[in-house]
Amino acid sequence: MAYAICTFCGNVCDDVEFDVNTQKGKKLCALGLAKFREKERIKSPMVDGKEVSYEEAIEKAVEILVSAKKPLLYGWASTVNEAIRYGVLLTEKVRGVYDQCASVCHAPGTLAVIEEGIPGGSLGAVKNRADMVIFWGSNPLEAHPRHPTRYSVMAKGFLIKNRKDRKVVVVDVRKTKSASMADKFIQIRPGYDYAIISALRALAKGEDIEADEVGGVPKEELAELAEEMKSAKYGVIFYGLGVTQSRGRDRNVENAVKLIQLLNRYTRWIIWPMRGHYNVVGAGEVPAWEVGYQYGIDFSRGYPRFSPAEFSAVEMLLRRDCDAMLVVSSDPAAHFPRKAVEHMKKIPVIQIDPFPNMTTLLSNVVIPSAVAGIEAEGNVYRMDGIVLRVKKLVDSQYWSDEKILHEMLKIVEEKLEG
Amino acid sequence: MLWIKNGIVIDPKNGIDGEKMDIFVKDGKIVEESEVNKNECQVIDANNKLVLAGGVDMHAHIAGSKINTGRTMRPEEMRIVRQTAGKLRASMGRVLLTSPAIGYEYAKIGYTTAVEAASPPIGSPHTHEELDAIPVVDKAALPVFGNWHPVFKFTAEKDREKLKAFIAWALERTKGFGVKVVNPGGVEAWMYGGNVRSLDDEVPNFGVTPREIITELVKANEELNLPHSVHLHCNNLGVPGNYQTTIETMKLVSGMKNDDRQVLHVTHVQFNAYAGSSWRDVASGAEEIAKVVNSMDNVTIDMGQPIFGHATAMTGDAPFQFTLHKLTGARWSNKDSEIEGGAGIVPIVYLPKNPVHALQWAIGLELGLLVDSDKVVLSTDYPNGGPYTEYPYIMAMLMSKRMREKELERVSPYVQKATSLAAIDVEKTLYEVVQMTRSLPARVLGLENKGHLGVGADADIAIYNINPAEVDPSAQYDVINAEFRRPVYTIKGGEVVVRDGAIVAETWGRTYWVDARKKVDMQAIDEDLNSFFEYYSVERRNYGVDDYWMRSPERLEVN
Ligand code: SF4
Ligand SMILES: [Zn+2]
Repeated sequence: MAYAICTFCGNVCDDVEFDVNTQKGKKLCALGLAKFREKERIKSPMVDGKEVSYEEAIEKAVEILVSAKKPLLYGWASTVNEAIRYGVLLTEKVRGVYDQCASVCHAPGTLAVIEEGIPGGSLGAVKNRADMVIFWGSNPLEAHPRHPTRYSVMAKGFLIKNRKDRKVVVVDVRKTKSASMADKFIQIRPGYDYAIISALRALAKGEDIEADEVGGVPKEELAELAEEMKSAKYGVIFYGLGVTQSRGRDRNVENAVKLIQLLNRYTRWIIWPMRGHYNVVGAGEVPAWEVGYQYGIDFSRGYPRFSPAEFSAVEMLLRRDCDAMLVVSSDPAAHFPRKAVEHMKKIPVIQIDPFPNMTTLLSNVVIPSAVAGIEAEGNVYRMDGIVLRVKKLVDSQYWSDEKILHEMLKIVEEKLEG
Repeated sequence: MLWIKNGIVIDPKNGIDGEKMDIFVKDGKIVEESEVNKNECQVIDANNKLVLAGGVDMHAHIAGSKINTGRTMRPEEMRIVRQTAGKLRASMGRVLLTSPAIGYEYAKIGYTTAVEAASPPIGSPHTHEELDAIPVVDKAALPVFGNWHPVFKFTAEKDREKLKAFIAWALERTKGFGVKVVNPGGVEAWMYGGNVRSLDDEVPNFGVTPREIITELVKANEELNLPHSVHLHCNNLGVPGNYQTTIETMKLVSGMKNDDRQVLHVTHVQFNAYAGSSWRDVASGAEEIAKVVNSMDNVTIDMGQPIFGHATAMTGDAPFQFTLHKLTGARWSNKDSEIEGGAGIVPIVYLPKNPVHALQWAIGLELGLLVDSDKVVLSTDYPNGGPYTEYPYIMAMLMSKRMREKELERVSPYVQKATSLAAIDVEKTLYEVVQMTRSLPARVLGLENKGHLGVGADADIAIYNINPAEVDPSAQYDVINAEFRRPVYTIKGGEVVVRDGAIVAETWGRTYWVDARKKVDMQAIDEDLNSFFEYYSVERRNYGVDDYWMRSPERLEVN
């Protein structure tokens, strides 16, 4: 068994072990174990279905990117920061558009940060101090299976000696698996997050609301929740896609942040998103320091411009505004709207990924890569922004994303300057 | 090899004040004339030009989770295009800058070294990722210690040996340069919604006081003989009346001595130099602080000068940041960090007509003027007080009473009542300003090869179109203000990176870190570390930064 760091979900569990020979793991949840176990790989680099060398595939990929007017470079949530950095530099060089998976899930949270900031904390702060934990539109037991034990529900810490020291509330539109571990489950009507948060803000301030119920929740229940929140010593809201992808989107998060601002006038509260992929945070942090923005970044004028409504991948594809696409560690062909995928089929697509997926089927250039956390190392951001360096457990014939993108960047620079 | 010919050199560390001389560079170092073959040298004509060591910014927030969250929170800051992408990187930002812009903009004012002044220890891999993305300048980072539970514990137990071992462990793991302390005890109190208000308030659950934390950390730092002293952001930052806490804090080190440098550096003192009892009667406490600093031989400060215009407050002083948010209603980010402390971020704008902002502006200048030039470093606490790109403005202001009089006309008259700025006749000389931006910050940091032009120094050199024999800074403040913004040359490690105020080449500097492990018994804290990690959400084995992850680490070993 070798010490490993899991590269599946945003928990980035760093206490796990895995043996590549026996394919057995320790402490990995089922999702993590599935990620670590051998499975079908892309065998070799390919150009138009023909097996080629890495060098040939990279040459072809560079040719596509350099001759495109507006290439879209998308994905990035499931690779390491070093690779993402080369990806950002590459996008800047070819004057393309950089976008990442957040634009189809947690980007409304980023917009809310722009509106109100984010009063947050690390998962260790939650483990040590949080005596009240609310999962709002998030379902840790299914999406982040070890979150409750490691960080938020059963986790013991400095002030929290056992599960009883903590009140756990799940707010969701349906009774999820996670609701079963909660002390309280509050079922809300879909699309009423904003109204309910507004009600909580009013009630926490000591104001009355002129309704018997909001979003399917009786006023008394909301008043009780507001009171509990105010009397907690240190509370946290972990919100999920149920908040960002339902009616109101970024406004829901913004409203929740305002609730947190208010609660900090009485006691301590923080709020944090339950980010999905293991390094989706890095896919935003790296471009933020390199070029100033997290996603939806256009370089066609030689400098970065941020406009989510224009430059997020789905919008670009729907408008048929890109004439080539590089997809790194992602599967837009499986997840994007049909119309967006139709445009993908019409333009040259380059894929860098360890595993075959729907996007492989429509890619002109396919470059298989080493699996980060098993065959390649590098820095990643856990959902709370804590950096961990995922490990290389075994040598591999595959090039790492970092190496592939670095080579691509070097050749692009030669071509553009030479 | 370089031959810098006929320049007029000011080099306070070596006692040179406006001498015409040649400087020779080989392998990135300044060398004796005999070391170079003049035929092979690239000759740089510095005739009638001012030749200085590259500037050293010993306190700025240039890398890591705070500035990056700031960028994310403030896309409006990112819309200024300083340079489009070409052979060099696109360079973006108004006050908050992208990493490439940070390096370029330092070089463009002749600065060649910059220190990230507050790195959350668990965030150090992020800090180093961003430092690695900053071109040109040499760098270092100061991890924050003052609210870290192990520090509380060893302070409470009065176990100096363990505290020293812990510091050595932490510096190695974070690849840190020195001991930063931010509002000691106050950030832990914030975890319960509070703060500490005096040096003798107890930290909840630990029974220690800021007084004890500061004193023990300074003693441990001195026994370890680290290059830099404790670097302290005092308690009560931003609170009217806080100058008394600041003075009381400085006096904690009375009687302590170090032959090479101060034993305590108190940072961005402007924010901790307020007299009065509320925002209604707030006034300057700068004179009192200056008296104390000038009378002590072991304390240095930096200004924390506000610049009118946009800025972003970002500090490890999380309770202060929340207070600022409540005060201004602006956006607020907060980050509580494991058992290490916290941080916060709030946008601000300093307006000349706002009485409080004008007061802050005046206090910064008072400190710069009234404190001896070998004890006060020029800083804006970037981006808290504003951009470091305005250092030339501060330099000019310190050198010219006339410029100050002109500036005073456009600020709130409250300044006349609440500060003595208008009455201060001091005009710093060029030599003194060079001290405040070069030799002193290098000495404060303990970087022997920085901030001077003696043989053996790093060939970090800035050449300006200022002839000290002809320019009168008091009258020609415009020339000072303009020329320090466009060096004729900035040379970093012997390579020309700036020519006539524009970046011409991208180079990559080093990141210094301090290894003091030989001075302590690391085994003594092994068990303690294991128990501290019970309260972390990461494994001990995964904590920290290995030097092979870094672009260009340079280990400074303490013997
Ligand atoms: S919870 Fe997430 S990170 Fe942890 S082992 Fe499971 S999949 Fe991996
Ligand atoms: Zn600072």
